[in-house]
Amino acid sequence: MLRFLPALTLIAMLGPVIAGLWGTVLPALGQLPSAGLHGPSLDPFRDLFGWGGLFDAARLSAATGLIATALSLGIVALISASWAGTDAFQTLERLLSPLLSVPHAAAAFGLAFLIAPSGWVARLLSPVLTGWERPPDILIVQDPLGLAMIAGLVVKEVPFLLLMTIAAMGQAQPRRSLLVAQSLGYGRVTGWLKTVFPRVYTQIRLPVYVVIAYSMSVVDVAVILGPTTPPTLSVQIVKWMSDPNLSMRLTGAAAALLQLVLVIGALCFWWLGERIIARVGKRWIMSGRRGLLDAPIRVLSLGLGSISALAVFFGLASLLIWSFAAFWSFPNVLPDGFTMRTWTRHGPDAFTTLGETFLIAGVAVLLALALVLGCLEAEHRSGRPLTRRGLWMLYLPLLVPQTAFLPGLQTLLLSIGADVGRIPVIFAHLVFVLPYVFLSLGDPWRSWDTRNAIVAGALGARPWAVFWRVRVPMLLRPILTATAVGVAVSVGQYLPTLLIGGGRVSTLTTEAVALASGGDRRAIGVYGLVQTLAALVPFTLALIVPAILWRNRRNLHE
Amino acid sequence: MKYLAMVAALAAPTFAFANPDPANWDAVTSEANGQTVYWNAWGGSTTTNDFIAWVGDRVMEDYGVTLEHVKLTDTADAVTRVLSEKQAGEDDDGAIDMIWINGSNFAAMKDAELLFGPFAEQLPNWAVVDSEGKTVQTDFTVPVEGYESPWAMAQVVFVHNTATMPDTLGSMDALLEWAQANPGRFSYPQPPDFLGTTFLKQALVDILDDPSVLQTAATDENYDEVTAPLWAYLDALTPHLWREGRAYPATGTAMFPLIADGELDLSISFSPGAASTAIANFELPDTVRTFVLDDGTIGNASFVAIPYNSGSAAGAMVVANFLMSPEAQARAQDPNVLGYGTVLNMDALTADDRALFDSLELGIATLSPAELGTVQAEPHPSWMTRIADDWVNRYGAGQ
Amino acid sequence: MNKSLTLQDVCILRGGKPLIEVDHVIQAGETLTVMGPSGVGKSTLLAFITGTLPSAFTGMGQILLGDENITQKPSHSRHIGILFQDDLLFPHMSVGANLAFGMPAGGSKSERRAKIEAGLRDVGLEDFADRDPATLSGGQKARVALMRMLLSNPRALLLDEAFSRLDAEMRAQVRDLVFRTAKERELPVLMVTHDAEDAKAAGGEVIELKNLSQA
Repeated sequence: MLRFLPALTLIAMLGPVIAGLWGTVLPALGQLPSAGLHGPSLDPFRDLFGWGGLFDAARLSAATGLIATALSLGIVALISASWAGTDAFQTLERLLSPLLSVPHAAAAFGLAFLIAPSGWVARLLSPVLTGWERPPDILIVQDPLGLAMIAGLVVKEVPFLLLMTIAAMGQAQPRRSLLVAQSLGYGRVTGWLKTVFPRVYTQIRLPVYVVIAYSMSVVDVAVILGPTTPPTLSVQIVKWMSDPNLSMRLTGAAAALLQLVLVIGALCFWWLGERIIARVGKRWIMSGRRGLLDAPIRVLSLGLGSISALAVFFGLASLLIWSFAAFWSFPNVLPDGFTMRTWTRHGPDAFTTLGETFLIAGVAVLLALALVLGCLEAEHRSGRPLTRRGLWMLYLPLLVPQTAFLPGLQTLLLSIGADVGRIPVIFAHLVFVLPYVFLSLGDPWRSWDTRNAIVAGALGARPWAVFWRVRVPMLLRPILTATAVGVAVSVGQYLPTLLIGGGRVSTLTTEAVALASGGDRRAIGVYGLVQTLAALVPFTLALIVPAILWRNRRNLHE
Repeated sequence: MKYLAMVAALAAPTFAFANPDPANWDAVTSEANGQTVYWNAWGGSTTTNDFIAWVGDRVMEDYGVTLEHVKLTDTADAVTRVLSEKQAGEDDDGAIDMIWINGSNFAAMKDAELLFGPFAEQLPNWAVVDSEGKTVQTDFTVPVEGYESPWAMAQVVFVHNTATMPDTLGSMDALLEWAQANPGRFSYPQPPDFLGTTFLKQALVDILDDPSVLQTAATDENYDEVTAPLWAYLDALTPHLWREGRAYPATGTAMFPLIADGELDLSISFSPGAASTAIANFELPDTVRTFVLDDGTIGNASFVAIPYNSGSAAGAMVVANFLMSPEAQARAQDPNVLGYGTVLNMDALTADDRALFDSLELGIATLSPAELGTVQAEPHPSWMTRIADDWVNRYGAGQ
Repeated sequence: MNKSLTLQDVCILRGGKPLIEVDHVIQAGETLTVMGPSGVGKSTLLAFITGTLPSAFTGMGQILLGDENITQKPSHSRHIGILFQDDLLFPHMSVGANLAFGMPAGGSKSERRAKIEAGLRDVGLEDFADRDPATLSGGQKARVALMRMLLSNPRALLLDEAFSRLDAEMRAQVRDLVFRTAKERELPVLMVTHDAEDAKAAGGEVIELKNLSQA
């Protein structure tokens, strides 16, 4: 049984991606029998290229994705270079889990509440500093260049890449390299960038690619913060896919293929950039320049890092205040009064939806855990560790843009008559939950001292007894953390729930994003907070449960 | 069935072919007693759901009819359901007994002969319906002919903040002049949002000297000529919109916070009571009021229809009739319940029934039925589809 | 009954090349010490005996406990105890639970408890059953690990640098305890070490492993 788990995991992870891409290619070539349309034909592409907004939409997708990734990576590199190994860095590290667990949609709402012309920042400064009695008529959120959207992506991708960097640094022994560099007269920042960063970057390369693919095809953040005239290509694809007129799906499918090509192109572009920067970097390293501009860079990086973290926290705070606000107009910093009214109106529905959200997340994560633990155990027993190719496979579902294969998967499910609903949604979530659970659990699982298994076996314990009675309890903390990561991933899924659920499955994320168009800031506050809660509670439990369970077992505490 | 429907279409609308026969009301009520009616209605609003539950209590009390609310996310699902039942030969006891419907869904069902009736004009309470003043005999220009019965009115009102914009406007031309003098203070939801397209319709209806051309389907021959003034109007208006028309609010309710913060002075709504409700929910300042144009504004009715294969048509007619009763209408108009416009003619009511309406606190920003004035008919749907597509190409895809 | 541990024509290969060859009989209560430079494959030999040889290696030859050939048996039914340089007490179990984990199933709760208490008394750790292993000193942990192994009724004992982490004084103490107990229980012992002191204390035969693949 155990032998088949790796194959089963691959099927669960890649099956939907491949099927979805297939389901995208067919209608893109005019083949959609369920709507009575038969190809092959190039009409879908003709329609797509006939759409007036195509160039802007595609440019937006590519530019926002690449710029957001470059900015995030730059901030992470500067922070790590300036602060790795210091107390300030440790503080930042502790903030990572909560920052990571905040769903993209909630963070985006919070950011919008902060930076809009009528947002909290403008309120704080008005009218004393700005002279604004009324919000200025300037296009900050939903600006045509997608700057607000880039900001929304950066505040979420910085913590992700920082976490990956920290994990990578564990293997790169940065402290020693930095000491050597510093003793040779290098500044801290330059020393780190020249000696540690190249090695760290090789490790975090795949996650960076994931960030590019994700940022280029994200839908929820784009709906909340992105422009609308036209929207990004991904948002337009979703619009086409949900048009009651089935033939619009053909255009949507063609656009989905274009999205795939765009992402591949962007990845190639990035790869090329890597080569160029590597070459320039080599010359820089060879130049022997010591780069003693440490102080300003350290201040700058700390500033950028703090702003990106504070934007999320203050954004959440503004969600909280809006959810309790009575009338609250510009430029008042706080509402005229506080009321429970919004919570009484939307609270019950929000918590019902929380139940559905947890049900879907729970089943998906349990399946993922079973598959991942099974794979890791099979790996342990066979003694064959994951290969480089296996790692790519793990990242593949995260590298293929969601908007490229989910529409196809939906069309495919429709055409084989599979009813949309909760179960297909759970399997769609599994595609994204699996890799994250695997990546989160893999390292701690493999770094477990296998002599424990030898001793337990020598004491007469069968392999499954070793697994359940020794390995799982000892690794409870990483298992719970992986569970929390999985739940957070599932809670945050927008597109799989929307498309595969056919609008009939509502989770907190789909509800919250649906509220975005209604503009009811109080209701958005409620849903954004409950959504954040849904992701944060498992992380908290992952900390508390082992602490209570192992309160008398000192070696299981960090 | 097909034969019957064909005859029905040829016959005078007062001539009832429906079985049970709504003209024999006593027979209908006695047959309805004990029936269960599955009402398929959009379930996205808690206030609407509560209202439907109350209707259920009342028809049980008075007529022994059990009402079950089947909550839909999209009315088209119910249409599809009836269609597939017909294809499967389920002609006698389908899953749906009543549908909250209007516009294209009604046109589709009527066209495909999926409806029971005609029944609406034989219902006892039809006598008090304002069939002349309200648009209850056509539904987006499709003749209703008794195949659906009205129960609520929606009508365009303009929402303005009197603190910053004390005056009302009488026409779309006046709106343009005002916008030019007050740039950035007006916007409308981005079409194809339904309120956004309604604004375009309202503009067109008001600009045209004779909007009656809109009552028949748009043709390739007349479309460009008829809509040319609309595009000229929008070209003049757009630079003076909020954010210079580079971004639009997503929906009607998304404009409330913009008014509350003072970004907008003026917006549009399709629900005469929505502004009052929003004031009560702290979403709008209490200085907000509403107004309609001198020549009136576009309105349409919400209807209920009965599928041809309902097994509880008698029960459904009882519910439809109850929905048109002064009691239900007054409750629906209560801004604390729904805030929907009534379909009744105030002059046709008894003094007691009128008192039900007069005693309503409509809310400070809601116009009375008399103040709402003339309701202009919705243009033929073909105009809207083409105008919305054109709008997206002209203003929605980057200039 | 024959209680010896026999390594018969044992040869371990890596990538088809022989790494170690051993052919030896360890009598009950006697100790065979295997020495050699690090990387020569001493621990690999032990892995072959416990049945946990990594897949990169191939083991040939037979392992016999008394007359019983255990070469093909799964690890958990070989009854071969092993001690590493780290105590490897399971950190999520109390001291008592660690001991109970190794004991064969059966017996009432109170009987098992009594066995645990007796075992702890034997190594001078009375009343330690409910303690968290993390609160014990290095020497105490080593003794618990030894007792845990003994309570599982092993038929042979493997020591993988078992004393190298202990400080000099503790080292002598624990070493004596292990060898004394092995003698008392007539267990054959195979010790892998690079410390001549250990070899001397064991008192048995010593074989030096050479690196075959480099030779």
